[in-house]
Amino acid sequence: MKKTISTFLVLLAIWVLLTGFNWMEVVLGAAVSLVLAIIISRFVNYSFGFGIILGLIKFIVIYIPVFIFKLVLANIDIAYRVLSPKLPINPGIVKVPTKLKSDFGKFVLANSITLTPGTLSLDVEDDEVIVHWVNVKGKTSGEHQSRISKTFEKLLGGIVK
Amino acid sequence: MIINIIVFSLVGVGVLFALIRLIAGPTAFDRVVGLDTLNIIITATVVLLALVLKNELYLDIAIVYAVLSFLETILFARFLEGRR
Amino acid sequence: MIITSYILMIIGAIFLALGGFGVFRMPDVYNRIQAGTKATTLGAFALILGVGFAEPSWFLKIALIIVFIAITNPVGSSTLARAAYKSGVSATLLQKQKEGEDK
Repeated sequence: MKKTISTFLVLLAIWVLLTGFNWMEVVLGAAVSLVLAIIISRFVNYSFGFGIILGLIKFIVIYIPVFIFKLVLANIDIAYRVLSPKLPINPGIVKVPTKLKSDFGKFVLANSITLTPGTLSLDVEDDEVIVHWVNVKGKTSGEHQSRISKTFEKLLGGIVK
Repeated sequence: MIINIIVFSLVGVGVLFALIRLIAGPTAFDRVVGLDTLNIIITATVVLLALVLKNELYLDIAIVYAVLSFLETILFARFLEGRR
Repeated sequence: MIITSYILMIIGAIFLALGGFGVFRMPDVYNRIQAGTKATTLGAFALILGVGFAEPSWFLKIALIIVFIAITNPVGSSTLARAAYKSGVSATLLQKQKEGEDK
Protein backbone atom coordinates (compact mmCIF):
# COMPACT_ATOMS: atom_id res chain seq x y z
CA MET A 1 0.00 0.00 0.00
CA LYS A 2 2.77 2.40 0.96
CA LYS A 3 4.62 1.52 -2.22
CA THR A 4 1.52 2.24 -4.33
CA ILE A 5 1.04 5.69 -2.78
CA SER A 6 4.74 6.58 -3.18
CA THR A 7 4.72 5.50 -6.84
CA PHE A 8 1.49 7.45 -7.43
CA LEU A 9 2.99 10.67 -6.00
CA VAL A 10 6.19 10.34 -8.04
CA LEU A 11 4.27 9.72 -11.27
CA LEU A 12 1.88 12.63 -10.61
CA ALA A 13 4.83 14.97 -9.93
CA ILE A 14 6.46 13.99 -13.22
CA TRP A 15 3.14 14.48 -15.06
CA VAL A 16 2.64 17.98 -13.62
CA LEU A 17 6.22 18.92 -14.47
CA LEU A 18 5.74 17.76 -18.07
CA THR A 19 2.34 19.26 -18.82
CA GLY A 20 2.23 22.42 -16.71
CA PHE A 21 -0.34 23.26 -14.04
CA ASN A 22 -3.92 23.11 -15.34
CA TRP A 23 -6.89 21.56 -13.50
CA MET A 24 -8.09 19.36 -16.38
CA GLU A 25 -4.57 18.04 -16.98
CA VAL A 26 -4.03 17.33 -13.26
CA VAL A 27 -7.28 15.30 -12.99
CA LEU A 28 -6.43 13.26 -16.10
CA GLY A 29 -2.86 12.77 -14.85
CA ALA A 30 -4.12 11.59 -11.45
CA ALA A 31 -6.31 8.96 -13.14
CA VAL A 32 -3.47 7.70 -15.36
CA SER A 33 -0.98 7.72 -12.46
CA LEU A 34 -3.39 5.73 -10.26
CA VAL A 35 -3.81 2.96 -12.84
CA LEU A 36 -0.05 2.85 -13.55
CA ALA A 37 0.82 2.89 -9.83
CA ILE A 38 -1.45 -0.08 -9.13
CA ILE A 39 0.11 -2.02 -12.02
CA ILE A 40 3.81 -1.31 -11.44
CA SER A 41 3.95 -0.96 -7.63
CA ARG A 42 4.84 -4.64 -7.16
CA PHE A 43 8.03 -4.18 -9.22
CA VAL A 44 9.48 -1.20 -7.31
CA ASN A 45 11.30 -1.51 -4.01
CA TYR A 46 11.16 1.90 -2.40
CA SER A 47 8.68 3.79 -0.25
CA PHE A 48 8.81 7.00 1.74
CA GLY A 49 6.98 8.75 4.55
CA PHE A 50 6.80 12.36 5.65
CA GLY A 51 10.48 12.32 6.64
CA ILE A 52 11.46 12.62 2.99
CA ILE A 53 10.35 16.25 2.79
CA LEU A 54 12.83 17.26 5.51
CA GLY A 55 15.51 15.10 3.89
CA LEU A 56 14.88 16.68 0.51
CA ILE A 57 15.15 20.23 1.91
CA LYS A 58 18.39 19.32 3.70
CA PHE A 59 19.68 17.72 0.49
CA ILE A 60 18.96 20.82 -1.60
CA VAL A 61 20.26 23.39 0.90
CA ILE A 62 23.43 21.62 2.11
CA TYR A 63 24.49 19.26 -0.67
CA ILE A 64 23.70 21.00 -3.98
CA PRO A 65 25.89 24.16 -3.47
CA VAL A 66 28.96 22.07 -2.58
CA PHE A 67 28.23 19.85 -5.56
CA ILE A 68 27.98 22.74 -8.02
CA PHE A 69 31.16 24.34 -6.65
CA LYS A 70 33.03 21.03 -7.11
CA LEU A 71 31.57 20.63 -10.62
CA VAL A 72 32.90 24.03 -11.70
CA LEU A 73 36.33 23.19 -10.18
CA ALA A 74 36.31 19.85 -12.05
CA ASN A 75 35.63 21.61 -15.32
CA ILE A 76 38.41 24.15 -14.88
CA ASP A 77 40.74 21.24 -14.06
CA ILE A 78 39.70 19.23 -17.12
CA ALA A 79 39.90 22.31 -19.35
CA TYR A 80 43.46 22.94 -18.15
CA ARG A 81 44.46 19.32 -18.81
CA VAL A 82 42.88 19.24 -22.27
CA LEU A 83 44.24 22.57 -23.45
CA SER A 84 47.80 22.39 -22.12
CA PRO A 85 50.03 20.99 -24.87
CA LYS A 86 51.89 18.39 -22.74
CA LEU A 87 48.76 16.55 -21.41
CA PRO A 88 49.73 16.41 -17.68
CA ILE A 89 48.03 13.12 -16.75
CA ASN A 90 49.09 10.13 -14.63
CA PRO A 91 46.11 7.77 -14.73
CA GLY A 92 45.43 4.75 -12.53
CA ILE A 93 42.67 2.72 -10.87
CA VAL A 94 42.22 2.86 -7.06
CA LYS A 95 39.73 1.40 -4.56
CA VAL A 96 38.04 3.71 -2.05
CA PRO A 97 36.17 2.36 1.02
CA THR A 98 32.82 3.91 1.94
CA LYS A 99 30.66 3.89 5.07
CA LEU A 100 27.31 4.54 3.36
CA LYS A 101 24.91 1.59 3.55
CA SER A 102 21.78 2.35 1.49
CA ASP A 103 21.62 1.97 -2.28
CA PHE A 104 20.51 5.57 -2.76
CA GLY A 105 23.46 6.86 -0.70
CA LYS A 106 25.92 4.82 -2.76
CA PHE A 107 24.27 6.02 -5.97
CA VAL A 108 24.60 9.69 -5.01
CA LEU A 109 28.19 9.14 -3.83
CA ALA A 110 29.18 7.44 -7.10
CA ASN A 111 27.54 10.20 -9.16
CA SER A 112 29.35 12.85 -7.12
CA ILE A 113 32.69 11.10 -7.54
CA THR A 114 32.11 11.01 -11.29
CA LEU A 115 31.48 14.74 -11.49
CA THR A 116 34.30 15.96 -9.20
CA PRO A 117 37.85 16.84 -10.29
CA GLY A 118 39.72 14.10 -12.09
CA THR A 119 37.84 11.04 -10.84
CA LEU A 120 35.39 8.59 -12.46
CA SER A 121 33.61 5.83 -10.52
CA LEU A 122 33.74 2.51 -12.33
CA ASP A 123 31.91 0.05 -10.07
CA VAL A 124 30.52 -0.41 -6.55
CA GLU A 125 31.41 -3.64 -4.75
CA ASP A 126 29.87 -4.19 -1.30
CA ASP A 127 31.48 -1.25 0.52
CA GLU A 128 34.20 -0.21 -1.92
CA VAL A 129 33.98 2.14 -4.86
CA ILE A 130 36.40 1.45 -7.72
CA VAL A 131 37.62 4.80 -9.04
CA HIS A 132 39.62 5.78 -12.10
CA TRP A 133 41.80 8.78 -11.33
CA VAL A 134 43.48 11.00 -13.90
CA ASN A 135 46.29 12.16 -11.64
CA VAL A 136 47.04 9.60 -8.88
CA LYS A 137 48.58 10.99 -5.69
CA GLY A 138 49.35 9.09 -2.48
CA LYS A 139 49.85 5.40 -1.75
CA THR A 140 47.35 3.98 0.81
CA SER A 141 43.59 3.70 0.38
CA GLY A 142 42.99 5.98 3.40
CA GLU A 143 45.01 8.68 1.70
CA HIS A 144 43.03 8.17 -1.50
CA GLN A 145 39.77 8.42 0.42
CA SER A 146 40.75 11.67 2.12
CA ARG A 147 41.54 13.18 -1.28
CA ILE A 148 38.52 11.87 -3.20
CA SER A 149 35.39 11.41 -1.15
CA LYS A 150 35.83 12.73 2.39
CA THR A 151 33.70 15.87 2.02
CA PHE A 152 30.85 14.03 0.33
CA GLU A 153 30.92 11.19 2.88
CA LYS A 154 30.65 13.69 5.72
CA LEU A 155 27.84 15.64 4.06
CA LEU A 156 25.86 12.60 2.93
CA GLY A 157 26.27 10.79 6.25
CA GLY A 158 23.97 13.34 7.90
CA ILE A 159 21.30 13.13 5.18
CA VAL A 160 20.97 9.54 3.92
CA LYS A 161 22.19 6.36 5.58
CA MET B 1 21.96 37.95 -34.37
CA ILE B 2 25.66 37.86 -33.61
CA ILE B 3 25.23 35.93 -30.34
CA ASN B 4 23.52 33.03 -32.11
CA ILE B 5 26.32 32.80 -34.65
CA ILE B 6 28.98 32.67 -31.91
CA VAL B 7 27.13 30.05 -29.86
CA PHE B 8 26.28 27.86 -32.83
CA SER B 9 29.81 27.89 -34.21
CA LEU B 10 31.28 26.90 -30.81
CA VAL B 11 28.77 24.05 -30.53
CA GLY B 12 29.66 23.07 -34.09
CA VAL B 13 33.34 22.73 -33.12
CA GLY B 14 32.33 20.32 -30.33
CA VAL B 15 30.13 18.30 -32.69
CA LEU B 16 32.95 18.10 -35.24
CA PHE B 17 35.54 16.70 -32.80
CA ALA B 18 33.06 14.24 -31.25
CA LEU B 19 32.15 13.08 -34.76
CA ILE B 20 35.83 12.53 -35.62
CA ARG B 21 36.18 10.37 -32.51
CA LEU B 22 33.00 8.50 -33.46
CA ILE B 23 34.37 7.67 -36.92
CA ALA B 24 38.07 7.16 -36.10
CA GLY B 25 37.93 5.54 -32.63
CA PRO B 26 40.25 2.52 -32.45
CA THR B 27 37.92 0.38 -30.27
CA ALA B 28 34.14 0.11 -29.93
CA PHE B 29 34.28 1.84 -26.51
CA ASP B 30 35.84 4.94 -28.06
CA ARG B 31 33.05 5.11 -30.60
CA VAL B 32 30.39 4.85 -27.90
CA VAL B 33 32.11 7.60 -25.88
CA GLY B 34 32.02 9.84 -28.94
CA LEU B 35 28.35 9.01 -29.48
CA ASP B 36 27.49 9.78 -25.84
CA THR B 37 29.22 13.17 -26.00
CA LEU B 38 27.49 13.93 -29.31
CA ASN B 39 24.09 13.11 -27.78
CA ILE B 40 24.49 15.53 -24.87
CA ILE B 41 25.67 18.30 -27.19
CA ILE B 42 22.65 17.71 -29.44
CA THR B 43 20.24 17.79 -26.47
CA ALA B 44 21.59 21.20 -25.45
CA THR B 45 21.41 22.39 -29.05
CA VAL B 46 17.73 21.39 -29.37
CA VAL B 47 16.96 23.47 -26.25
CA LEU B 48 18.80 26.37 -27.89
CA LEU B 49 16.73 25.89 -31.06
CA ALA B 50 13.57 26.30 -28.94
CA LEU B 51 14.82 29.78 -28.01
CA VAL B 52 15.91 30.72 -31.53
CA LEU B 53 12.68 29.56 -33.21
CA LYS B 54 10.43 30.75 -30.30
CA ASN B 55 8.63 27.40 -30.10
CA GLU B 56 8.06 25.57 -26.82
CA LEU B 57 7.51 22.24 -28.59
CA TYR B 58 11.29 21.79 -28.99
CA LEU B 59 11.63 21.41 -25.20
CA ASP B 60 9.53 18.23 -25.38
CA ILE B 61 11.74 17.00 -28.22
CA ALA B 62 14.80 17.66 -26.05
CA ILE B 63 13.32 15.65 -23.14
CA VAL B 64 12.50 12.68 -25.38
CA TYR B 65 15.94 12.88 -27.02
CA ALA B 66 17.64 12.88 -23.60
CA VAL B 67 15.68 9.80 -22.49
CA LEU B 68 16.43 7.93 -25.72
CA SER B 69 20.15 8.81 -25.70
CA PHE B 70 20.47 7.60 -22.10
CA LEU B 71 18.84 4.28 -23.01
CA GLU B 72 21.11 4.03 -26.04
CA THR B 73 24.29 4.48 -23.97
CA ILE B 74 23.14 1.93 -21.36
CA LEU B 75 22.20 -0.54 -24.11
CA PHE B 76 25.56 -0.25 -25.90
CA ALA B 77 27.45 -0.56 -22.60
CA ARG B 78 25.53 -3.71 -21.63
CA PHE B 79 26.05 -5.19 -25.08
CA LEU B 80 29.81 -4.56 -25.06
CA GLU B 81 30.11 -5.84 -21.48
CA GLY B 82 28.36 -9.10 -22.34
CA ARG B 83 30.41 -9.64 -25.50
CA ARG B 84 33.86 -9.69 -23.85
CA MET C 1 18.48 39.54 -17.37
CA ILE C 2 19.13 39.09 -21.08
CA ILE C 3 22.86 39.83 -20.54
CA THR C 4 23.05 37.03 -17.93
CA SER C 5 21.42 34.68 -20.39
CA TYR C 6 23.93 35.57 -23.15
CA ILE C 7 26.92 35.11 -20.83
CA LEU C 8 25.61 31.73 -19.63
CA MET C 9 24.98 30.62 -23.20
CA ILE C 10 28.50 31.52 -24.35
CA ILE C 11 30.09 29.79 -21.32
CA GLY C 12 28.00 26.70 -22.02
CA ALA C 13 28.96 26.63 -25.70
CA ILE C 14 32.67 26.98 -24.79
CA PHE C 15 32.44 24.01 -22.42
CA LEU C 16 30.55 21.93 -24.99
CA ALA C 17 33.32 22.62 -27.53
CA LEU C 18 35.93 21.71 -24.88
CA GLY C 19 34.11 18.44 -24.21
CA GLY C 20 34.22 17.47 -27.86
CA PHE C 21 37.88 18.51 -28.09
CA GLY C 22 38.73 16.51 -24.94
CA VAL C 23 37.12 13.38 -26.36
CA PHE C 24 39.23 13.91 -29.48
CA ARG C 25 42.52 14.59 -27.70
CA MET C 26 42.77 12.26 -24.66
CA PRO C 27 44.89 9.09 -25.01
CA ASP C 28 42.75 6.21 -23.62
CA VAL C 29 39.13 5.21 -23.03
CA TYR C 30 38.76 6.23 -19.36
CA ASN C 31 40.33 9.65 -19.86
CA ARG C 32 38.07 10.23 -22.86
CA ILE C 33 35.02 9.35 -20.76
CA GLN C 34 36.16 11.78 -18.06
CA ALA C 35 36.74 14.69 -20.41
CA GLY C 36 33.52 14.03 -22.31
CA THR C 37 31.24 13.67 -19.30
CA LYS C 38 32.39 16.53 -17.10
CA ALA C 39 32.80 19.26 -19.66
CA THR C 40 29.58 18.46 -21.52
CA THR C 41 27.55 18.20 -18.29
CA LEU C 42 28.51 21.70 -17.13
CA GLY C 43 28.23 23.02 -20.69
CA ALA C 44 24.69 21.66 -21.08
CA PHE C 45 23.71 23.05 -17.63
CA ALA C 46 24.94 26.53 -18.50
CA LEU C 47 23.44 26.60 -22.00
CA ILE C 48 20.03 25.34 -20.84
CA LEU C 49 20.02 27.74 -17.87
CA GLY C 50 20.80 30.56 -20.29
CA VAL C 51 17.73 29.64 -22.35
CA GLY C 52 15.73 29.54 -19.09
CA PHE C 53 16.84 33.09 -18.23
CA ALA C 54 15.84 34.32 -21.67
CA GLU C 55 12.32 32.78 -21.45
CA PRO C 56 11.31 32.63 -17.76
CA SER C 57 7.89 31.09 -18.52
CA TRP C 58 9.54 27.81 -19.58
CA PHE C 59 11.01 27.39 -16.10
CA LEU C 60 9.42 24.02 -15.16
CA LYS C 61 10.48 22.11 -18.26
CA ILE C 62 13.98 23.62 -18.15
CA ALA C 63 14.33 22.46 -14.54
CA LEU C 64 13.13 18.98 -15.52
CA ILE C 65 15.71 18.72 -18.33
CA ILE C 66 18.53 19.91 -16.03
CA VAL C 67 17.63 17.42 -13.27
CA PHE C 68 17.34 14.64 -15.82
CA ILE C 69 20.77 15.36 -17.33
CA ALA C 70 22.31 15.65 -13.85
CA ILE C 71 21.04 12.19 -12.94
CA THR C 72 21.48 10.23 -16.16
CA ASN C 73 24.73 11.57 -17.61
CA PRO C 74 27.07 10.30 -14.85
CA VAL C 75 25.15 7.01 -14.71
CA GLY C 76 25.58 6.49 -18.44
CA SER C 77 29.31 7.15 -18.42
CA SER C 78 29.83 5.05 -15.28
CA THR C 79 28.07 2.13 -16.95
CA LEU C 80 30.24 2.55 -20.02
CA ALA C 81 33.42 2.76 -17.92
CA ARG C 82 32.33 -0.32 -15.97
CA ALA C 83 31.84 -2.23 -19.21
CA ALA C 84 35.35 -1.24 -20.32
CA TYR C 85 36.77 -2.22 -16.91
CA LYS C 86 35.05 -5.62 -16.92
CA SER C 87 36.20 -6.45 -20.43
CA GLY C 88 39.77 -5.83 -19.38
CA VAL C 89 40.76 -2.45 -20.78
CA SER C 90 43.44 -1.41 -18.28
CA ALA C 91 44.39 2.24 -17.87
CA THR C 92 47.89 1.69 -16.50
CA LEU C 93 48.63 -1.00 -19.09
CA LEU C 94 47.69 1.33 -21.92
CA GLN C 95 49.85 4.07 -20.42
CA LYS C 96 52.88 1.75 -20.16
CA GLN C 97 52.38 0.53 -23.72
CA LYS C 98 52.32 4.11 -24.91
CA GLU C 99 55.54 4.93 -23.05
CA GLY C 100 57.17 1.84 -24.51
CA GLU C 101 56.25 2.96 -28.02
CA ASP C 102 57.63 6.42 -27.40
CA LYS C 103 61.11 5.13 -26.45
